[in-house]
Amino acid sequence: MTVETLRRVDARGLSCPMPIIRTARAIAEMESGELLEVLATDPGSTKDFVAWSRTTGHELVEQSQEDGVFRFLLRRK
Amino acid sequence: MTTLAPPPPAPVADDARTSPAPAAEQVATRPTADELLIILESGDLERTWGTLILATSAAASGMKVSIFLTFWGFFPLVKPGVRVTGTNWMQRMLSVLNRPGIDHLKMSRLNFAGMGPWMARRLAEEHGVASPAELLDIAQAMGVRLIPCQMTMDMFGLRREDLVDGLEEPAGAATVLAKIAAGVPALFI
Repeated sequence: MTVETLRRVDARGLSCPMPIIRTARAIAEMESGELLEVLATDPGSTKDFVAWSRTTGHELVEQSQEDGVFRFLLRRK
Repeated sequence: MTTLAPPPPAPVADDARTSPAPAAEQVATRPTADELLIILESGDLERTWGTLILATSAAASGMKVSIFLTFWGFFPLVKPGVRVTGTNWMQRMLSVLNRPGIDHLKMSRLNFAGMGPWMARRLAEEHGVASPAELLDIAQAMGVRLIPCQMTMDMFGLRREDLVDGLEEPAGAATVLAKIAAGVPALFI
């Protein structure tokens, strides 16, 4: 049995467009179906990740917020 | 042969408030454009910044992006450290009055002899905004095509050795118009 590691992008403290850019770069190195967790503090990212997911086709599985940190879970298409 | 394992279950989001992703807004119902052209003519700090933010974001969204750099918009392509450009006195004097290079762009408003840009850069740094120079590097690494305007190069006496590496072949208006004629969305900044 293999344990899949959840990849993570920490974009806390970064403004537009860096959270999306780091995410795009990370997801490009992943296999289809793998999950990526993104942490961000840019409030604009809540809309941007919805839009980006729609444009690119990578699924935004889940999004949440805690203590000013936004968390996005994406699945590579 | 590798087969893709089914995706693992989503990790438990501890005690965070979790919600399913909201449906995307009803905006892009048309087929999505997969290419973008930006014509950068102004070369102002804030407009060059905006151009690079859009270009890198578009590249990150899977779009093929070209930036055509012309007139004042050409000068961000001059290598750091190249102070004076041009081959005759007028071209040289213009480059002295309008310092080239992406680290020396002026703002279209509130420039105040460089105080405005200095404050804008400080504020950007405090807010985690990447600088124009960083964004230019990122754009190039992400495959954004930078097309220098041949006419601008000739008129201002700019040589290839004055410019950053990795540029496309210089071209003119017809190249830009061919893209627009083919339906590529174009922005003039």
